[in-house]
Amino acid sequence: MSYVGDKEPRELRERLFLVKAVLFISFFVLASRFWYLQVMERLEFAELSRTNRIRLVNTTAPRGLIFDRSGLRLAENRPGFDLSVIPEDVRDWEKTKKTLTELVRIEPRTIEARIEKARKRSPFRPVRLKEDLSWEEMVKVESFKFELPGVVLEVGPRRAYPYGDAIAHILGYLGEINEREVARARDKGVSYRPGDMVGKNGVETMLETTLRGVDGGRHTEVDALGREIKTVSKIPPEPGNNTFLTIDLPTQLIARDAMSGKAGAVVAMEPRTGRIIAMVSTPSFDPNMFASGISAENWKAIIENPLNVLTNRAIQGQYPPASTFKPITASAALEEKLITPEEKIFSGPSFRFGRRDYRDWKKAGHGKINVHSAIVESSDTFFYQVGLKVGVDRLARYAKSFGFGTSTGMGLKDEKPGLVPSSEWKKRALGERWYTGETISISVGQGYMLATPMQLVAAYAAIANGGKLLKPRIVERTETPEGELIEEFFTEEAGELAVSPETLEILRSALRGVVEEEGGTARRLMKGGLKIAGKTGTAQVIRLKEREKDIEKIPYKQRDHAWFVGFAPYDDPVIAVVVLVEHGGFGSRAAAPVALRVFETYLSKKKEEEEQEI
Amino acid sequence: MIDRRLFAQIDWRLLAVTAALAAIGLASIYSTTLGQGGYAYQRQLWWVAAGAGVMTVTVILNYSLLERFAYPIFILSVASLAATLAFGQTVGGAQRWLDLGVVSVQPSEFAKLAFIVVMARYLSSIIVPKKGLGLKDLFLPGLLLAIPFVLIVREPDLGTSLIFVLIFGSMMLTVKIKTRTLAALAVLCVTLIPFAWGSLRSYQKKRLLSFLDPASDPLGSGYHLLQSKIAIGSGGFLGKGFTKGTQASLMFLPEHHTDFILSTLAEEWGLMGSFTVLALFLALLLRGLEAAKNSKDRFGFLLALGIAAMLFWHITINIGMVSGLLPVVGVPLPFLSYGGSFLLTSLIGVGILVNIGMRRFIF
Repeated sequence: MSYVGDKEPRELRERLFLVKAVLFISFFVLASRFWYLQVMERLEFAELSRTNRIRLVNTTAPRGLIFDRSGLRLAENRPGFDLSVIPEDVRDWEKTKKTLTELVRIEPRTIEARIEKARKRSPFRPVRLKEDLSWEEMVKVESFKFELPGVVLEVGPRRAYPYGDAIAHILGYLGEINEREVARARDKGVSYRPGDMVGKNGVETMLETTLRGVDGGRHTEVDALGREIKTVSKIPPEPGNNTFLTIDLPTQLIARDAMSGKAGAVVAMEPRTGRIIAMVSTPSFDPNMFASGISAENWKAIIENPLNVLTNRAIQGQYPPASTFKPITASAALEEKLITPEEKIFSGPSFRFGRRDYRDWKKAGHGKINVHSAIVESSDTFFYQVGLKVGVDRLARYAKSFGFGTSTGMGLKDEKPGLVPSSEWKKRALGERWYTGETISISVGQGYMLATPMQLVAAYAAIANGGKLLKPRIVERTETPEGELIEEFFTEEAGELAVSPETLEILRSALRGVVEEEGGTARRLMKGGLKIAGKTGTAQVIRLKEREKDIEKIPYKQRDHAWFVGFAPYDDPVIAVVVLVEHGGFGSRAAAPVALRVFETYLSKKKEEEEQEI
Repeated sequence: MIDRRLFAQIDWRLLAVTAALAAIGLASIYSTTLGQGGYAYQRQLWWVAAGAGVMTVTVILNYSLLERFAYPIFILSVASLAATLAFGQTVGGAQRWLDLGVVSVQPSEFAKLAFIVVMARYLSSIIVPKKGLGLKDLFLPGLLLAIPFVLIVREPDLGTSLIFVLIFGSMMLTVKIKTRTLAALAVLCVTLIPFAWGSLRSYQKKRLLSFLDPASDPLGSGYHLLQSKIAIGSGGFLGKGFTKGTQASLMFLPEHHTDFILSTLAEEWGLMGSFTVLALFLALLLRGLEAAKNSKDRFGFLLALGIAAMLFWHITINIGMVSGLLPVVGVPLPFLSYGGSFLLTSLIGVGILVNIGMRRFIF
């Protein structure tokens, strides 16, 4: 029988024998291990300990390269030399400091600060004193090497961006990882060391895990002066993976060029695939400045620039879409059967609602016109009346189906969602009810309404491609350094426009009229065979009593933002372009010419390619 | 409460071994942290003093109180683990410490004792068939294990959660489990390995891999191991002498005063030192098993066995780890490693062992 209810641990006592057996065996193994290490292997370990210094050097992995769609290098690596010191090996601190300040541009203060910061680490670990030495500096240090024990030159890959500021907002830049980023990466199972460089923005951040390789390292044996005698073991670093973007570099460069001297954004995209052809935000910055640790003065210049050069206006700038929103108001009215395509509405110089007059941009007004002419001539009074019929909440619903009010989800950091106002939104955000008069501004894309250039071009791409709202995409594929495909990216649909094919056809023909018909606001885009369709917009920054035609007379900050958004060729669209010029004045005058250059560049290139194929 | 007859039964040998180990620990911490101002040594001294006080109380109170309050103690301990996860301090990426104002403690250390107490209480209350416990009988004790285990894994603290499993296994095996059930469990464990592997954090995987192939992570744990082995091996037969260890004091060896303290000791005192420590640990564990053997009831036996098992696994894993026999998992060495919570836990454990041993003739 078992020991039911027996308090005496009789059976258990019997098993103590086995427990003791386990105990003795374990201790025998441990004792043998010490015997082995401390008696048998003693000499070898003693030698390692005495000649000292098995050292640990890690080798930074080169980051993956970034290419444009045709394989042109947008981001690459170059060798960079860092000056470091191994505190343990330094014989004469005073002399070392003095000599170093004579050889390279470095303050004694900086040396001390960096040494102090590394005090808690092992003294045989190199402390970096200066990044990215120039060639001359490197040669000087190298020639003094034997007089300065403990001073070492470390070579490692440095990021380089051959096109500098032309593509800075897409690529982003690298910076030293901060503690928060180290912790966040660790949660994802990736380990970084303090001092590692990590993508801080743009594609460099978006594809950090792909681009970053695996650091290698080696154990080296050094002599008493810290000189390497031999490498004990070595793990080569694994370079990061390469990335091909959807960007077409020539178009990107032209867009950048066309925007020089202006603040704003250009995005070009393929309407059928969502692939981004070009994305420019100006003013820009040189990402190369960050590669070797940006200097305090350069950093100050960047963040204190009132034009926020680090902001990617294409996805982070939020502006009233202004007249470019009129096709959306039109489609809402047509879909809700509030107007018919033929119906003509009197669109005078102004529209009176309540006790206020809402003016049209055209002093004389447009007379009785239908929706087609209203878009072509960009009549304000027409859309004031139509927008009132639709009402703000229905308008909001249609706007959202065009992708406004939510970020496009293209994957770049800190993309902004814009804003689609509705009565419910106003109650929640401002605690106020909606006033019908406010709907008038919304119907022409002013008031609370906000959109990013990226959202706008995606919406127009959807009009161009027959109603599919696509997720803009900037990455084509990723490859291993050997060229093996890792991941291919495909077109993703973000939604469907809540608009019938008939209505879309009306919009497309009107957008074509904007360029090609008498009275259209973008006539200057009518250029041999390009077949551009689109819409201009002029977003009010402040309300002026009278529209001043001569923008030079208005203070810069009060000038209107200028928009152009469109696609070409209208019967078989291969490119959609949006241009925003901050405080540029009229859309037709400031934005349309930029768009034209982008259209020209890309379409002629396309044509050449087709001809070559034939 | 204090009976003169009880006093006569105190296991002085156990106390002497403990005192010797604590003294060696203090000396080693003093030696390794000499270059850092000696604060660690002073703090450890306070912990030893506090631990001696708490241990005295543990010896005096009858351990049957533990049996009576086993579940409340366990619940309290689980609550403190949950509190650690909720408000604990994050040190080096892990949330293991609870700030009590004056000091920070590691509730997972004390939870080991609470777990042993509750396991002893549960296992002494059930009827064990001659063939041993079946699969169904494992459910409730398994649950008792799962609660603290999951909380500690979340911290994350791989080493401590491993100790819980080992304590559980040691106690269950001593109570006896059916051979068939045991075989089934073994099969289950093997099949679960891939899943367990998947749930590990990458640094944990790296440690395990670097054990199998030290060259695979030369910058991380492979480096620890190599430096630790150099320290131990270069100690030779007689050692380099007190405070003369070069590996540790030059900071070649990371964590030299906590988990890797034995490497320094072996460097400075050589084979003589490491064998002395091993002998003291062996004596400690044998005295612990003696307390179990002499216990008058099943609860006392299991309690003593659990404590001995806890100390045994800590000792074996830590020494195995620093000498390169086992992968590097963060498990401190009882009485020697720097750190208050585990020192206190170990001292309370010894107090309970003494307590059980001295009440063997009282019925």
